[in-house]
Amino acid sequence: MTMLDMSIAEALAALAAKKISAVELTDAHLTAVEALNPRLNAFITITADQARAQARAADAARAAGDAPALSGIPIAMKDLFCTEGVRTTAGSNILEPFIPPYESTVSARLKAAGAVMLGKANLDEFAMGSSNITSAYGAVENPWQRDDGAKLVPGGSSGGSAAAVAARMAMGATGTDTGGSIRQPAAFTGIAGIKPTYGRCSRFGIVAFASSLDQAGPMARTVEDCAILLGAMSGFDERDSTSADRPVPDFRAACARGVQGLRIGIPREYRVDGMAPEIETLWQSGIDWLKRAGAEIIDVSLPHTRYGLPVYYIVAPAEASSNLARYDGVRFGARVDGADLIDLYERTRAAGFGAEVKRRIMIGTYVLSAGYYDAYYLRAQKVRALMLRDFNQAFAKVDAILTPTAPSAAFAIGEKMDDPVTMYLNDVFTVPSNLAGVPAMSVPAGLDARGLPLGLQVIGRHFDEETVFAVAGALERAAMFTAMPAVRAGAGS
Amino acid sequence: MSLDPATVRRIAKLARIRLTDDEVPRLEGELNAILGYVEQLSEVDVDGVQPLSGGAQMAMRLRDDAVTDGNYPDKILANAPDRIGNFFAVPKVVE
Amino acid sequence: MSYTIEGSTGPWELVIGLEVHAQVISKSKLFSGAATDFGSEPNTQVSFVDAGFPGMLPVINRECVAQAVRTGLGLNAQINLVSRFDRKNYFYADLPQGYQISQYEHPIVGMGTIDIELESGETRPIGITRLHLEQDAGKSMHDQHASKSLIDLNRSGVALMEIVSEPDMRTPEEAGAYIRKLRTILRYLGTCDGNMDEGSMRADVNVSVRKAGEAFRTRCEIKNVNSIRFVMQAIEAEARRQVEIWESGGAVTQETRLFDPARGETRSMRSKEDAHDYRYFPEPDLLPLVLDEAWVATLKTELPELPDAKRARLMQDYGISRYESSIFVMEQVTADFFETVAKGRDAKQVANWMLGDFFAALNRTGRSIENSPVSAADLGALLDLIKDGTINGKIAKEVLELMVETGEAPGAIVEARGLRQVTDTGAIDAAIDQVIAAHPDKLAEYKSGKDKLFGFFVGQVMKAMAGKGNPALVNEALKQKIGAPAA
Repeated sequence: MTMLDMSIAEALAALAAKKISAVELTDAHLTAVEALNPRLNAFITITADQARAQARAADAARAAGDAPALSGIPIAMKDLFCTEGVRTTAGSNILEPFIPPYESTVSARLKAAGAVMLGKANLDEFAMGSSNITSAYGAVENPWQRDDGAKLVPGGSSGGSAAAVAARMAMGATGTDTGGSIRQPAAFTGIAGIKPTYGRCSRFGIVAFASSLDQAGPMARTVEDCAILLGAMSGFDERDSTSADRPVPDFRAACARGVQGLRIGIPREYRVDGMAPEIETLWQSGIDWLKRAGAEIIDVSLPHTRYGLPVYYIVAPAEASSNLARYDGVRFGARVDGADLIDLYERTRAAGFGAEVKRRIMIGTYVLSAGYYDAYYLRAQKVRALMLRDFNQAFAKVDAILTPTAPSAAFAIGEKMDDPVTMYLNDVFTVPSNLAGVPAMSVPAGLDARGLPLGLQVIGRHFDEETVFAVAGALERAAMFTAMPAVRAGAGS
Repeated sequence: MSLDPATVRRIAKLARIRLTDDEVPRLEGELNAILGYVEQLSEVDVDGVQPLSGGAQMAMRLRDDAVTDGNYPDKILANAPDRIGNFFAVPKVVE
Repeated sequence: MSYTIEGSTGPWELVIGLEVHAQVISKSKLFSGAATDFGSEPNTQVSFVDAGFPGMLPVINRECVAQAVRTGLGLNAQINLVSRFDRKNYFYADLPQGYQISQYEHPIVGMGTIDIELESGETRPIGITRLHLEQDAGKSMHDQHASKSLIDLNRSGVALMEIVSEPDMRTPEEAGAYIRKLRTILRYLGTCDGNMDEGSMRADVNVSVRKAGEAFRTRCEIKNVNSIRFVMQAIEAEARRQVEIWESGGAVTQETRLFDPARGETRSMRSKEDAHDYRYFPEPDLLPLVLDEAWVATLKTELPELPDAKRARLMQDYGISRYESSIFVMEQVTADFFETVAKGRDAKQVANWMLGDFFAALNRTGRSIENSPVSAADLGALLDLIKDGTINGKIAKEVLELMVETGEAPGAIVEARGLRQVTDTGAIDAAIDQVIAAHPDKLAEYKSGKDKLFGFFVGQVMKAMAGKGNPALVNEALKQKIGAPAA
C-alpha cells in the first residue's frame, strides 16, 4: 500500500511509528495534486509552499513529542472557509480578488490540530448546486468513470473536496452541507461524509449560503477518518450564536461500537418514484446488514418528507438573497464601476454572480417581498416545523434512520441540466436533515450496474453523532466497499 | 402565483442585479418552474403550527460588554476596491 | 387642543407620531466587540462583523439588552420575555451587510406611556407603541470629495433603541415636550446620553393633517431630524405643505422626506425612493432572545428614581412648587444639586436662589450645572452666611457673583473683602446721623407725613455703609431717630 492509499488513521499510526514523515506524506499528495488537478479541477488554489511549511512544522512537533491529533495529515479545504492570507473565492467571480484577513474557526481548529492544508477545494458557486458545474472556476470532474466514458459530475456543492479525497489527492477534506452538499458528493465519489448536528461546528468564517441550514463537516475515505476529522473540527465557539455549548464526544471510539440492540428506522416515504432499482436494492442490503449485526429494524413514517425540497427551495434562497447582499463591490471583492451607486451595485452583481446564484437570489428576494412572505416563506417555516416534528416522533421509536443518500448515481456533465427543478431533485433525501438540524452521514455501500458508487445515509438524533458513526461503521464493515475510481493518484491514468 | 416580465425586472431591481433583455424571459421561465414546484406546500395543513426559523433549538447566549475587537483599519480596508484615505469610496450619492 | 393650521378651507389639525432612535450607552457594539466612542479615526472602531465581511456572525451584547429593558421599565412599558431579531434588507453604501438587524414582529418592549408637560402647566399622556433594539448603520459623507461619497463604518453596529410613539401628539410643542421628556428619562436611566448634536438621539417624525373629527389622512415621514427645534419647525413646515396640497385638490403621497433647516421646508428623499420593500425575515444567525424574569426584576429594583417620581418627592419633601420641582428634575444633576443644598436649609429659599441668581449666573457665563464653578456645598455655605447674619441678602448676591467669577468659597470672599454686615449700633447710628444731616429737606417732608420716604432713608444709610448694614438693625435705629412711619 502506498502512502496515498492510507486512511488518516493508518497514516497517523505510520507517522507516530516514524515509518513516514509528514513532509513525505505532504509531498506525495502535492505531487498527486500536480498530476491530477489539471484534469479534475478539484482545487481552485493550491497552497504548496504553505503545506510544506506546515508539514515541516508537524515533523518538528512530532520529534519534540508534541504532535496534536491530526499532525501532518494533508487535507483539502473547501474554498468556502475563509483562510487568513489565502484567497477565498466561494467559487464565485465576485470574490475573485478576496484575501481574508481572518481565519474560519473550523480551519483554525484543523490547523491547530496539525492538519496540513494542500489548497482550497473547488465548489459550486456559493455552495449552490449539486453538481459542481456552477463554479466560476470551472466544473470538477468526478474521478469515477461510467461505462460510456462520459465525464461525470462529482456532485456538489463540495465537489472539489469529494473529488480530491476520492482521487487520493488529499486524505480528507472539509465540506459544508446546506441541503446535502457533503453527503451527495460523498455518495457520488465513493467516500464517506457527515453533516453533523446544526450547531456542532462553528459557522464563523464560513461564507454563508443559508444560515439556518449551513453546517460544516468532514469528508474522507473511511467512517473512522470522518470521526477523527470531526473531532478536530467540532466544539463550542462563542463567535457563533448558533454554536452549541456542549462537550465533543469521542467520535472515533463510537465507530467501532456496533449496532447490537439499536433500533433502526426505515422511513417508508423515502421510496420515491423514479429511484434507480440498484438504489432500492442497496437500501435493502443495508437493512439486512444492520439486522445481521444485531439491530432491530422498525418501519417509521416521516410524513412530510416530500415537502422537504419545496421548503428548502424557499428557505435557502430567501436566506441566501439576504446573505449575499454584502457582495456589493464596496468593501471587498470585485467591483464594476457605475455612473452612480445603484448602477455600481447592479453591474457588480450582474458580472460577479453566475446564473444559478442569480436565480436563487431572485427567488429568495421574491418569496420575501411584500405580499408574498406569508404564502411562501412563512408557510415554508411552518412545514419545516412539521418536518422537525416528524423526526422527533420517529426518534422516539428508533435510534437512527437508514435511507439512500441520493436517488441516483453520479450523472454526466450536461445531464439533468435542462431545468433547475430536475437538478434540485438530487437533494430529495438529504434536505430533510438540514431542515430539522439532525446529523446525517453518507457511507459508500456499493456500485450500480455501470460501476458507479452509491451511498447509504444514516440519520441520527440531535447531537447524537456517536450513534450515526456506530451505524455507519457497521455498514462500512458489512459493505466492504473496496472499489476505487479510475482516475486516482498512483493509478497511472 | 406566477411571475410576469415586469415582476422579474422589479425583483432584479430589488436584488440589485442588472438583467440583460434576454435574461428576463429565461429567468421568468425558470422562476415560474420553481414557484410552480413549491406550490405543493399549499396542500399542507399548517393551521396552528408555529413557524420554525432556525436550525438550533436553544435560547440565545449573551456576551459581556467589553471591547475585544476592532482597531485594525488596515485590515478592514485591505480588500477595498476603492478608498480615499481610511474611508471606503463609492460614486457620490445624492440624498 | 387649540393648535390648528388655518387654511383657506378652515382649520386643520395635526397628527404627529415620533420614532426616536436613541444610541444605547455601552462599551462595545450590539453584535461585535468593537468600541463605540464618538469621534474616533475613520474605520478604527470596526470589526470584520461590523464591516459585513464574509462568514462573520453577530453575537449579542448583554448590556445592550439590559439597557433596553431598563428603558422599557422607565417608560412604564411591557417587557417581552421572548423577543426576536429580524433582518431588514436594503442596499446602501453605509449598510455593510446589505441588511440591518432589527426587531420587527417581536420587539423586546411593548406598549408603554409617558407624561409630557406643556407650557400651560398641563400634563398629557403620550402612548409608546414599542421599543426595539437594532444596529446603527455607518456614516456616508457626501461633501468631502467632488465625485465620491466616503464611508466610515465606526458607527456601524452600534446599538440603537428605536422608540416608537403612538400618533398621540397634536402640536409641535407637544412633540418638543415629548422628546425632551424622553431624553430626560433616558438620561436618568443612563441608557442614552441624549446628545442630539452628536447624533446619539435622532427622530423620524410622522406628520399628517386632518379636519376635526376625521380619521387619519396619509402621513409623511421626515427622517433623521437632529434637534428639538428642528423637529418643531419640520412639523409645522410639513403640515403647511400638506394643507396646501389637500386644499389645492391634490392628495398627499406617503413618502420619506428630509427637513432642510436653512430653507425651513421638507423635501422628498431621493435615495429612499425604492426602499419600501424591506423583505423582513427572522435573522437566522441569532436565536430567540429569552429573558429571565428574575433578571428583569433585578434590573427593575436597580432603576434610579425617575423624573416624575422625583418631582413629586421634591414637592412633598421640600415644600417647593410643581413649577420649581419640574425645572429641577429636568436634569438629574440639577435635582441632586438642589437636594444637596436644600438638606437642612430653607428649601424655598434654596429654590429661589437656584432658579434666580444662580441659574442666571450660569447662563451668563455659559456654564451648566455639570461644570458649575460653584459647588452645592459652597452655595449652601453662602445661604448659611445669610442665615447666621454674617452677610445680608444684598451682599450675598455680590458674593455669588464673585464665587462664579473666582470659584472661591463664600466665607473666604466675605473675609477677604470685608463684606461682613455691620451690627455695631454705634456705626449704624453714626451713619444715620450723617444721612439726616445731609438731607434736612427730606427729613422735613417725612415728618410732615410722607411716610414712604422711610425707604429712602434706609437706602441712603445702607449706601453710606457700603451695603453692609444689617437691614433689621438699620430699620430699628432709623425708627428711633426719625420715628416710625405711620402705616
